[in-house]
Amino acid sequence: MDRIYSINGPVVKVKASKSFSMTEMVYVGNKRLISEVINVSSDFTTIQVYEGTTGLMPGEPVVGTGAAMSALLGPGIITNIFDGIERPLRALADLTGAFIGDGAEVSPLDTERKFKVTMTVKPGDRLSAGEVYCTCPETPVVTHKCMLSPLSKGGEVVWTAPDGEYTINDTVCKIRTAEGSEEELTLCQRWPIRTPRPSKERLPIDRPLVTGQRVIDTIAPIAKGGTAAIPGGFGTGKTMTQHQLAKWCDADIIVYIGCGERGNEMTQVLEEFTELIDPRTDRPLTDRTVLIANTSNMPVAAREASIYTGITLAEYYRDMGYHIAIMADSTSRWAEALRELSGRLEEMPAEEGFPAYLPSRISEFYERAGYVKTLGGSEGSVSIIGAVSPQGSDFSEPVTQNTKRFVRCFWALDKSLAYARHYPAINWNDSYSEYTDDLAAYYKANVAEDFMQVRQDIANILNRENSLMEIVKLMGADVLPDDQKLLIETARAVRVGFLQQNAYHKDDTYVPLAKQYKMMKLILKFYELGGRALDNGSPISAVTGTGWVEKLIKLKYDIPNDKPELFDSYSKQMEQDFNALISGGEPVGA
Amino acid sequence: MELKYIGLDEINGPLVALEGVSGIGYDEMAEIRLSDGSRRMGRVVEISEGRAVLQVFEGTKGLSLTNTTTSFEGKPMELPLSKEMLGRIFSGAGRPADGLGEICPEKFADINGKPLNPVSREYPRNYINTGISSIDALMTLIRGQKLPIFSGSGLSHNKLAVQIVRQAKIADEKGQDFAIVFGAMGVKNDVADYFRRSFEETGSLQRVAMFLNMSNDPIIERILTPRCALTLAEYLAFEKNMHILVILTDMTAYAEALREFSSSKGEIPARKGYPGYLYSDLASLYERAGVVKGSTGSVTQIPILTMPNDDITHPVPDLTGYITEGQIVLDRNLDQSGVYPAVSVLPSLSRLMKDGIGEGYTREDHQMCANQLFAAYAKVSDARALASVIGEEELSASDRAYMRFGELFEKHFIDQGFDVNRTIEQTLDLGWALLSTLPRNELDRVDDEHLDKFYDTENAKIEFDI
Repeated sequence: MDRIYSINGPVVKVKASKSFSMTEMVYVGNKRLISEVINVSSDFTTIQVYEGTTGLMPGEPVVGTGAAMSALLGPGIITNIFDGIERPLRALADLTGAFIGDGAEVSPLDTERKFKVTMTVKPGDRLSAGEVYCTCPETPVVTHKCMLSPLSKGGEVVWTAPDGEYTINDTVCKIRTAEGSEEELTLCQRWPIRTPRPSKERLPIDRPLVTGQRVIDTIAPIAKGGTAAIPGGFGTGKTMTQHQLAKWCDADIIVYIGCGERGNEMTQVLEEFTELIDPRTDRPLTDRTVLIANTSNMPVAAREASIYTGITLAEYYRDMGYHIAIMADSTSRWAEALRELSGRLEEMPAEEGFPAYLPSRISEFYERAGYVKTLGGSEGSVSIIGAVSPQGSDFSEPVTQNTKRFVRCFWALDKSLAYARHYPAINWNDSYSEYTDDLAAYYKANVAEDFMQVRQDIANILNRENSLMEIVKLMGADVLPDDQKLLIETARAVRVGFLQQNAYHKDDTYVPLAKQYKMMKLILKFYELGGRALDNGSPISAVTGTGWVEKLIKLKYDIPNDKPELFDSYSKQMEQDFNALISGGEPVGA
Repeated sequence: MELKYIGLDEINGPLVALEGVSGIGYDEMAEIRLSDGSRRMGRVVEISEGRAVLQVFEGTKGLSLTNTTTSFEGKPMELPLSKEMLGRIFSGAGRPADGLGEICPEKFADINGKPLNPVSREYPRNYINTGISSIDALMTLIRGQKLPIFSGSGLSHNKLAVQIVRQAKIADEKGQDFAIVFGAMGVKNDVADYFRRSFEETGSLQRVAMFLNMSNDPIIERILTPRCALTLAEYLAFEKNMHILVILTDMTAYAEALREFSSSKGEIPARKGYPGYLYSDLASLYERAGVVKGSTGSVTQIPILTMPNDDITHPVPDLTGYITEGQIVLDRNLDQSGVYPAVSVLPSLSRLMKDGIGEGYTREDHQMCANQLFAAYAKVSDARALASVIGEEELSASDRAYMRFGELFEKHFIDQGFDVNRTIEQTLDLGWALLSTLPRNELDRVDDEHLDKFYDTENAKIEFDI
């Protein structure tokens, strides 16, 4: 029997034991606290405990499970809320009350609940790893497909249960492997959380993850299977942006990881997502969402694990052929958990006390995103959107810098925009996406032929405004020539009318690509017509006097999402107004 | 049988080590008895077979390797709890310090608390009317929220906290369910005295429990102070169904105590010498605010912290801002120009505000009015920056309007005074009147319907005499 030698916070050591392997899950102490082996040497085995260690004593037993820290995968995951090591929080609340107790053992998934299972194989079929043997409706919008574990060698189906209602632990299928042994298949399987689930091959990334957020979809789009980081100081709206994406992006399933963040935020997600109806399915958003909540005051070791638990769940659904978006809020808290544990292990620190392996851990995480052909032959994707909370809003700190190296889409949140309540406070000059070229073909085919050109024109206007603002800051806007004043006015329409988006407005909270495109077109048209009027000798005051800048700013509210035809009449009206202006008449719309 | 260990094996700062011990748990409490009969409390912070490291709350002054006997209590630090604790004063470690004798405990609770299950939380929605315009309109305090005051040395944060306590109480519909738990960490005696006198003046002393750790008290005790205060708050809120406002001052002194303790333990420091777990540690305090399903009480926290050198990026305000649900930032320039409360509007924020205001809570135009005030005031700083370069005369008409708006806003809206208590209607009407001094087309956060209703230049002219 192995016994505890020493305890320091969440780190426990066992002296001179040879019975544990790396990343093995173990139970520590009389309370059987869930723990993981993180270091093995002939002198000591080091174990991190995922629960509070108060009251633990040297000499208490440590029991190995023989398996790596793993997640239970099966129907019942969606709509659930777990902590960082996949303990169901609702069931825990029933067991230990409002405050989370130690050593409470609950099955991650409901073992009583019955699912209506439809078998998709019959005796005599061949079944190889990753292939589906039965399906069951998990929520009204998600059909769960039970797949042969990627660890299995596969074999011939020798028995199937009749279609009907089964719990996750009932055997529904038996296969005989090539060696002749029999494997019993239930509705669930286990997978070690730190190992990526295999897929057949990675496919090129060429479809956008449509979010309905204008600044993201046009200026810095993210692809399905892509990675993005949202860095920003406190109060700049990281969580708000993550919530918006979780609500509206066109993924099939959302995995929301609240990693070291506020308890109230998770409560808010729970409440809001239950009330909000997904326009695509007419069902509450919870029907496609799974939450991992390891709030800042829950044990730090479980916070470190929460990211891996989340991505393992995502990969599992990807293997069924779904598109998953992961919101990780916030990866900085995860990095800090690494630092905290590393400090307890007395490892040599690198930058700012973070361990030297921080970059490799971050890259391992983001590399688990991708658009793949699954073992079962279907296509699925995992997109990762990670929030980063830089210390002191300083983007040069290690977590932001290392994250920047491994993501291809960067949405920089800006304090001054947030102060002005310009939301989403994504700074258009500092943000970028490396996916724009990959996605060009999609936009061309599905939105408009000249979408990329229009997008570039808008970006140019913002860019030129940015350089003009240097002058304006020094000398005021009055000294600028008229054409530059027009540019500044147009840029204002872009910033306030287009980039700024109201998450609380029923139409503006989600805007389809077609409307985004038409809004940009109309703004560009104003710039073009305004320029023509100036060439014709009209003063800038006459151009702004048409009132079109204000109209463009209010476009997002005035034209409902379901009435795109209104854009044509706006466009005609604008032409008339400017024609009148050029020909010397009074503007009609003023 | 109680085992007693004679002597110590090592003394280092607030830490002592004992060899040859057994049967002791992590986080367990110990009592150290000196040869002169005095007693000190300690806590196990590191343990291995045969060796335990204790932190001594009252400091290690006067300890030697031979003059002590140590006994272990077999349980973590627990605070005796009772409703009778209101109206009493305690030391930073939770012992009665007002000479009125021990309390008669109803139960004992571990001061470290336990994490609250997110599914058992109720999302906070009821707003607290503080009667302070800048807070009510722009960073509304919600019952169950944690909203810190970021201040600097010499600013009026204590006064503001007192005003909130005094006026918030009046807004509460059932006065007797309301109580204050006050935790002072490393504050000067006269600051603690100021709070005590203010509570007395407002007649609420009987509803206040004070935990006082002065700046000359041992730092280890300081680490316990907020935990004791919050344990009592949770007990009163979730078991006695009361609305508890917890004021913790000063969190910077707390974090410094933690740093001192960490460095004496020889831990690897992260930023500015603070331990790597500062975030988790602060979170374990701040997260003990909220509303729990099945209880009608709530814990609202107003931690006060002084930003060293007024630097908001310093680790303590920075990490605090990441955990708390917003912040009220005080500004030295405003304070010097005589504005009270010197609330710096732009960096201040209440994250829970959006769900606790509007129809049914405050007034349906609240959000719009607040957004526009923020946006307009943000432009004021641009206009001011420009004016300082090119001079005020050279400004465009709209920039001049913003300059005027900024002045009026600071004079009438932010600068309110210690004794003025405004209703939410008064505050919002004042906000609209101020916005009406701007050209109508500048108000791009407000829809036409509300502009028609609230935009009134004539009224603004009369109101502000312009």
